[in-house]
Amino acid sequence: MINADGDLKVENLKVHFGKKTGLFGGPGQVVHAVDGVSFDVPAGSTLGIVGESGSGKSTTALAIMRLVELTQGKVTLGETIISDLEGDALRSERRRFQMIFQDPYSSLNPRERAGDIVKEPLHLMKIGTKAERDDRVSELFTQVGLRPEQQALFPHQFSGGQRQRLGFAKALATTPGLIVCDEPVSALDVAIQAQILNLMSDLQDQMGLTYLFISHDLGVVQHVCDEIAVMYLGQIVEQADRLSLFSRPRHPYTKALLAAVPTVHGSFVNGKRRLREPGMRIKGDPPSPINPPAGCRFAGRCPKAEDQCHETAPAFRHIDTGHKVACHLV
Amino acid sequence: MSEPVQTNNTESIEAIETISPWREMAGIFFRNYEAVFGLVLLVSIMVFTFIGPFVYTTDPFEMVWAPFTRPGQEGFLFGTDYLGRDILAEMIAGGQVSIAIGLAAAAISVVIGVCIGAFAGYYGGIVEEALMRSTEFFQVLPTLLFSMVIVALFGASLLTVTFAIGIVSWPAVARVTRTEFLRIRELEYVRAARSGSAKDGYLIFRVILPNALPPIIVQANLMVGSAILFEAALSFLNLSDPNVMSWGQVIGSNRTYILDAGFAVAIPGFAIFLTVLAISLIGDGLNDALNPRLRQR
Repeated sequence: MINADGDLKVENLKVHFGKKTGLFGGPGQVVHAVDGVSFDVPAGSTLGIVGESGSGKSTTALAIMRLVELTQGKVTLGETIISDLEGDALRSERRRFQMIFQDPYSSLNPRERAGDIVKEPLHLMKIGTKAERDDRVSELFTQVGLRPEQQALFPHQFSGGQRQRLGFAKALATTPGLIVCDEPVSALDVAIQAQILNLMSDLQDQMGLTYLFISHDLGVVQHVCDEIAVMYLGQIVEQADRLSLFSRPRHPYTKALLAAVPTVHGSFVNGKRRLREPGMRIKGDPPSPINPPAGCRFAGRCPKAEDQCHETAPAFRHIDTGHKVACHLV
Repeated sequence: MSEPVQTNNTESIEAIETISPWREMAGIFFRNYEAVFGLVLLVSIMVFTFIGPFVYTTDPFEMVWAPFTRPGQEGFLFGTDYLGRDILAEMIAGGQVSIAIGLAAAAISVVIGVCIGAFAGYYGGIVEEALMRSTEFFQVLPTLLFSMVIVALFGASLLTVTFAIGIVSWPAVARVTRTEFLRIRELEYVRAARSGSAKDGYLIFRVILPNALPPIIVQANLMVGSAILFEAALSFLNLSDPNVMSWGQVIGSNRTYILDAGFAVAIPGFAIFLTVLAISLIGDGLNDALNPRLRQR
C-alpha cells in the first residue's frame, strides 16, 4: 500500500540565516545552512539524510516542514507546492506532512496530558467531531503500542521510548503521507531504538508512509532507508540507494564517514576486511558555513584534493543508475 | 488498521496515576513550613479585615473617645488616633483597602506586563525592539515620583491610585515574561505545535504562556506586597483618597504626633509589615515549588 499524498520533491532548496547587511550598512554575516539541496522521495519509500553536526540536515527537515523560512527553492508534495503555501492554506495542508522530533523530552508540552497532545492537531485543524477525535486518539494509542488509558498521564510519567511513541501518535493523527523524522532515535537507548525503528517500519507497511529520515547514525540509516543522501556543509555530496552507497561509496567524504563507523569486529566485517582505503581518515572540522570555500566544500579536509577542487565546485552528476556524486575525481 | 503494532510495553507504568504538574508543585509548596506560615498569616489578615466589620461594628470615621488613648485603655484594644477614632476599627477598614489595592494594582501590572512581554518575546525583531524600549522608558522613570504625578494630575481616588501603582510596576513583569518566552519559543514542543498547524495566538497563550507562568506567578505575588507598600507611601504623602481608610493613611495622618503617640503609627506600620512578610514568604515558597531546577524529577 502506498499513501495517496504523492512524492516529495525538493528542488534547489536554500536556507540562509542572518542579514546581508550589518547594523551600520556594512557586510552582515550570512550562514549558508542549506545551500542548494535537491532530491526526490517516491511515495512509500524512505530517504535517509546523513551528515555530521552542522551539515544542515536538520535545517533541511525544518525547511520542508515550513518551520524555518526558505531563502530559495521549491518543495512539492504530490501536486501541492508546499513552499508556496501561506497562512490558512499552509495550516490546512499541514495534515499531509508531519514531523517527529529528536528529543522526546522537549518535544512534548509538559503541561498537557498525553491524550490532549495527540489530539491537538485534530483539534487545531478541526478534523471530525469531538467523539470522533476521542476515538481516533484511542485508536492511535493502540497503533503505536501504548494503552488508551495512558491518555490521562502527563509526559513526565512516560519513558523516553514511550514519549517517542507519543510523538508518532501525534504525527499520525491527521493521517499524513509524509513524515519527516529528525533523528528520531538518537536520544534513546539502543534497545529502545530498535523498538522504535520496528514501529516505524510496521507503520510504513500498514499505511504506505513516506519517510524523510535525518540521522548521523549510519547503522540506523542502513537499517531503515531505501535511499541515502550524504550532506556536507549544506550540500548533498553523494546520493545512492542503500546497497550501492554502503558497498561502493564514491565520494571521499562518504568513504571517510563509513570508515569512521566503529564496529565490534575491528576492521573486519563478516570475516572480510572492511572497506577502508589507506589515508581515508579526515582531520579537523568543517569550514564555517558563513563563508563557505569557493571550490569543493570538502577540499580543505579531503585527503585526495587537487588544485581544481579548491577552485571550482564540482557538479552533482549521475555516475551510475541512481548513484549521484559531487566530486571532480570520480 | 487499529491492530496493535507492538503490545510490547515493557516500560509500562503499572498503576495509572495522574499527577498533574500543578498538583506536584502544590505538594512541594505545602511541605515548605515558611511558605505555609506565610499563607496562614495572610489568610488570618484577610479574615481579620474582611470578616472583622461584621464582628466589630465601630465606624472607623467616628470620634469615639479622647484622642491618643493608649492601647488597652478604656476598652480600646489599639487605642485611639489624633481625632479620637478607634484604631482597631481603622485597621479593619484600612486593611480591606490596602489589600484590595495591592491585588488590583498587581493584576493591572501583570496583565500589561504579560501582554507586552509575551508579544516582544514571541515575535522578536522590530516588535521586540519597540516594546522593550518603551518598557525601558517606564523603567527609568522614578516610580514613586511618576505615580505621584499621575495621582496629582487625575485626582486622588481609589481608582487612580490603583492605576498609578499598576502603571509604574509592570516593566518587571514584562521583562520576566519576555525572558521566558525567548527561552520557550525555541523548544521543540512549540515547533511541534506549529507543525500541528497552531496559530500565533494559540502558541502564545495556550502553549508558551502556561509554561512561562511559574516565574510570572512569583513576580506577581511579590508585586502585591510592593503595591501595598506603594499605596502606603502615597497615602503617607496625603496623595490618597481622604474619604477611604487605608493603613498607609492611618500612618500618614498620625505622623505629626509620632513622638507623643508612636503607637498610632506603629500599629498600622506593623500590619503592613506582617502582610508584606506573609506575601514574601508565600512568594519564596512558590519560587521553590515552581522552579524545576530545585525539584527532584
